[in-house]
Amino acid sequence: MRELTYREALREAMAEEMERDERVFLMGEEVGHYNGAYKVSEGLLDRFGERRVVDTPIAETGFAGVGIGAAMVGLRPIIEFMTWNFSLCAYDQLVNNAAKLRYMSGGQITLPIVFRGPGGAAHQLAAQHSQAVESLYAYVPGLKVVAPSTPADAKSLLKTAIRDDNPVIFIEGEVLYGRKGPIQDEEYQIPLGQGEVKRAGQDVTIIAWSKMVHAALDAATELAKEGIELEVIDPRTLRPLDDRMIFDSVKKTNRCIIVEEGWPFAGLGAEIAYRIMKEGFDYLDAPVVRVTGEDVPMPYAKNLEHEVFPGVEKIARAVRNVLYS
Amino acid sequence: MADTSLSTDKLLDMYRTMQRIRQFESRVRDIFQEGQIPGFVHVSIGEEASATGVAAALTEQDYITSTHRGHGHLIAKGGEVKPMMAELFGKKTGYCKGKGGSMHIANFDLGILGANGIVGAGLPIATGAGLAAKVRGSGEVAACFFGDGASNEGTFHESLNIASSWKLPVIYVCENNLYGEFTAGKDVTSVKDIADRARGHDMPGVVVNGNDVVEVYEATSEAVERARKGEGPTLIECKTYRWEGHVVGEEAFLGKRSYRPADEIEAWKKRCPLITFEQRFMPDTFSQEELDTVQSEVKQAIDDAVQFAQDSPYPQPEEALDDMFSKE
Repeated sequence: MRELTYREALREAMAEEMERDERVFLMGEEVGHYNGAYKVSEGLLDRFGERRVVDTPIAETGFAGVGIGAAMVGLRPIIEFMTWNFSLCAYDQLVNNAAKLRYMSGGQITLPIVFRGPGGAAHQLAAQHSQAVESLYAYVPGLKVVAPSTPADAKSLLKTAIRDDNPVIFIEGEVLYGRKGPIQDEEYQIPLGQGEVKRAGQDVTIIAWSKMVHAALDAATELAKEGIELEVIDPRTLRPLDDRMIFDSVKKTNRCIIVEEGWPFAGLGAEIAYRIMKEGFDYLDAPVVRVTGEDVPMPYAKNLEHEVFPGVEKIARAVRNVLYS
Repeated sequence: MADTSLSTDKLLDMYRTMQRIRQFESRVRDIFQEGQIPGFVHVSIGEEASATGVAAALTEQDYITSTHRGHGHLIAKGGEVKPMMAELFGKKTGYCKGKGGSMHIANFDLGILGANGIVGAGLPIATGAGLAAKVRGSGEVAACFFGDGASNEGTFHESLNIASSWKLPVIYVCENNLYGEFTAGKDVTSVKDIADRARGHDMPGVVVNGNDVVEVYEATSEAVERARKGEGPTLIECKTYRWEGHVVGEEAFLGKRSYRPADEIEAWKKRCPLITFEQRFMPDTFSQEELDTVQSEVKQAIDDAVQFAQDSPYPQPEEALDDMFSKE
């Protein structure tokens, strides 16, 4: 067992897969000579050369589409968006080409491509640089969406995503890059669509992913002092979703809170809440509650940002709410 | 008149392809109006020479990307008219099993990376296929068809910039038919010749008579040669014209308004790609009889294709949920 940062884990995943399969290459803004805007790709250019680690112009639609074209004819690109905010420039390529080409062609092609980069708010970067886009992508049939919370999950899931023959949206937590965690030395594989119980408990189920897992775990530590035991479950993959794990947990606790950084309206939590209602209605002792970002663009001032963000206090309040305490 | 080094076989092949496109498109127009084909269809009558001349300069391994007006490109790259027609009918025997339709036909075995219903969306795909060819050193080139309208999209500039910066083996083929949907290009475009935009991306830009299949073929061959030698992309602008509307049946929503002068349409019909070919190669290279034979063989093939499409089954309803993901 070693300790690695989330950033290092992602880097190892890419390096190992590039070593394993020469069709895999990394392309994006600043991934090569600058070693990556968030240093995820540090050292990869030196190790694999310019053919495999490709600096692009600032042209998100262009290089996203170039990746799709390369994948269509046999390569396995990893496309890095400097942040997922900028992927919105390329939304047409992801939604109209990546997600649909296989289906529209009657299943003629495989499209092995990973789009990855940091998502969610960091600190005081304001509205255009602080948003959680997973709902925008999970909405689209034809895309798989992954949002890991720990270094171990990040490493394995990125490797799985690279080996997948379909387009995968891989959203890293921007504030998680420096977070350390244990990683086992031998090869291990987490399939897409398999979640994990991050903390077992019997009172309330908390569903969270990416950095919100850590807020949920912090809330669990706090509430344990009052004798309330939260079960924190992390789907890790948002599409396909591990329904089984969610239903099993809700059947046990009979109460559920979904924590997500994104906006409330038509967000992923709404879909998850619907599924719980549909499959687990008789097991619920309280309505499912969602803790989300507020329904506004992210403000800049520190206190306003704190107000809008769905942190530990809001989770604790929601827990008391579903426990009627 | 027959001042070309092309063999008579090659010339006759190109004529046959143009006939195939003309007759396929004419029949599609007619049966759409009879209500046999659903959706939107965009036909390329009058633009047969650009599709044919470009594809004739490619090998089977080379790639093309196409547009919403793509039937001609696919036929020129080797698409069979039966599965194409069946796809337009939404039948299971279509190239995409009835899931793509007119604007999304693809056949990857033939290097056809798909028509595309989003204007300009094929440009980065062709550029990516070019990147893959270069990275692998496998020698293919990618030809990218798009219209004058798409040359105002960001994808056009992003793709040309990337291909030129990295010297990718891509041939950008702008079929300038003077109108982007219902708007005259001259009203919304900063340049008279789209080929001038090549200069901004430091690549050769060539204007050709897009209705002369030999001229298109020769310009494309030169561009393909450059591309295969690693000298990078070329932008070829084919000046051409679509005889029909942007979309078949547009009269229904245009009403009495017209966006194209009648004399302009008539003048371009005189420059028909088929007539241009016939005037150049008949009777010295081909007799009237030879070309008539091609025409009637093609007519039979189109009749058969329509019959095939009509007789083919629709997909089963449950197939709507298939073909989403590849299972490793």
